[in-house]
Amino acid sequence: MRVIHAMWLRQLKKYWRSKPRMIGMLGQPMLFLLAFGFGFGPIFEKAGQGNYLMFLAPGVIAMSILFTAMFAGIEVIWDRQFGFLKETLVAPVSRTEIMIGKTLGGATVAFIQGIIVAIISIAIGFRITNPLYVPLALVFMFLIALLFTALGTAIASRMEDMQAFPLIMNFLIMPIFFLSGALFPLEGLPTTFGTIIRINPLAYGVDGLRGTLSNAAHIGIHIDLGVMIAVTIVISIIGTYCFSKIEI
Amino acid sequence: MKNESAITVKKLVKKFKDFKAVDNISFDVKQGEIFAFLGPNGAGKTTTIKVLTTLLHPTEGKISVNGFDPVKETDKTRSSFGIVFQDPTLDVDLTANENMEFHAAMYHVSKKEAKQRIEHLLKLMELWDRKDELVKNFSGGMKRRLEIARGLIHHPKILFLDEPTLGLDPQTRNKIWTYIKDLNKKQNMTVFFTTHYMEEADEVADTIAIIDHGKILIQGTSNKLKQKTKTKSLEQAFLKLTGRSLRKENGSFKETFRNINRMWRG
Ligand SMILES: Nc1ncnc2c1ncn2[C@@H]1O[C@H](COP(=O)(O)OP(=O)(O)OP(=O)(O)O)[C@@H](O)[C@H]1O
Ligand SMILES: [Mg+2]
Repeated sequence: MRVIHAMWLRQLKKYWRSKPRMIGMLGQPMLFLLAFGFGFGPIFEKAGQGNYLMFLAPGVIAMSILFTAMFAGIEVIWDRQFGFLKETLVAPVSRTEIMIGKTLGGATVAFIQGIIVAIISIAIGFRITNPLYVPLALVFMFLIALLFTALGTAIASRMEDMQAFPLIMNFLIMPIFFLSGALFPLEGLPTTFGTIIRINPLAYGVDGLRGTLSNAAHIGIHIDLGVMIAVTIVISIIGTYCFSKIEI
Repeated sequence: MKNESAITVKKLVKKFKDFKAVDNISFDVKQGEIFAFLGPNGAGKTTTIKVLTTLLHPTEGKISVNGFDPVKETDKTRSSFGIVFQDPTLDVDLTANENMEFHAAMYHVSKKEAKQRIEHLLKLMELWDRKDELVKNFSGGMKRRLEIARGLIHHPKILFLDEPTLGLDPQTRNKIWTYIKDLNKKQNMTVFFTTHYMEEADEVADTIAIIDHGKILIQGTSNKLKQKTKTKSLEQAFLKLTGRSLRKENGSFKETFRNINRMWRG
């Protein structure tokens, strides 16, 4: 427990100390909320889909968690380059424990980031439809955070340096985001597109958040929750395995 | 498994792709011994240490650390040694004290004991008054001192030191070795270290092995090495054995990065 706590605390401290990064990571969701929210809002409403901000905010909250979590996971590469990873890898603790501590730390940071975006959304007009669902919404937020921190760690465990990072950004993180239904509704999509979205775990996270916060789930909260829990467990196991195989 | 040896290495080979960084070496380190592992740049010292400390898998050969097999019994092996790496491994976004506390947690040193040892070691390394400063603001020598202090928080059966005193002034080096020799005596702690300071090896090591191009050339006490090579000092013996030419590094990006890093730190 002490090891997990130490790993967790380290990540929180680092996050708290790097204010520019913290603010930088908030810039993007803010931009999406304002530009899309106010830009597309009128079109969305004309199409008879209701208030766009109600639709968009859960998506942007999920987005901010996705990005922060992935970056937190990929941080392993920095730890490797600056040598700190060696300090943890030769310590008499199992790599599973290290992985749990790191993932919880990264996920906590991403979760906090999501909360901040939620607060900003409310400040610009988003309204939670049923406060009773807030605890479940928090569960969804934490699951998204856990899943993608573990995924980031798994990927980073296989990478030597940051060179492949743009590849991951453009061919993994961006598609996961854009093809999750965070920005547009899932109804009436061409089938191929729909299929891709069906195998994207973030789609379930977004839908779950939308269901709990805006009462507008498309897939259904129960399925969302089940899929998120299952995928998070699988990815965590894969991540732990990849992490345990690191050679320096 | 009980035996007299702290470390046993038999016919160890470590290849990186086709390149043999460690080429069929064998040696034995007795419990409670101070063992110096010397060799020119790129000889394979760090690679050997990484294999012994579970960071790399051996390509061939048998090794045992404290009676454990670092390949199969990784967790048991890890709980039996401590290490100070050649390359920096501090978290520069944390303070000196936080780096120390993190280490104590990782090595299961009780909070009370950790507190005392951290204070003692930071005072010894003259870092106590800067303990709450972020490590990124430290000078190269201060970082190195902190790194060594951190490696001494827990008292392992075997301590690996990869060029521990690199870039440190003579006063500090002296202090560090006095402290380590004391631990070695009082706790029968085995010490396995590398260095490029021959006088350091001459003074503290019970046994010395010289490695070059991945092969061990000679091993024994300092006197034995001098006798065999018919030289007067360890430095002369070293040069006679390993030649006077400079070492071509493998030229990889990593190596370059490391050298630059080292220059900055030095
Ligand atoms: N990960 C790696 N991939 C490829 N080659 C490597 C790797 N690590 C080390 N080498 C090579 O193995 C050889 C031995 O390196 P090693 O770091 O063990 O040398 P060393 O004896 O510690 O030298 P120094 O005194 O410079 O620290 C070098 O030629 C080095 O370039
Ligand atoms: Mg070395």
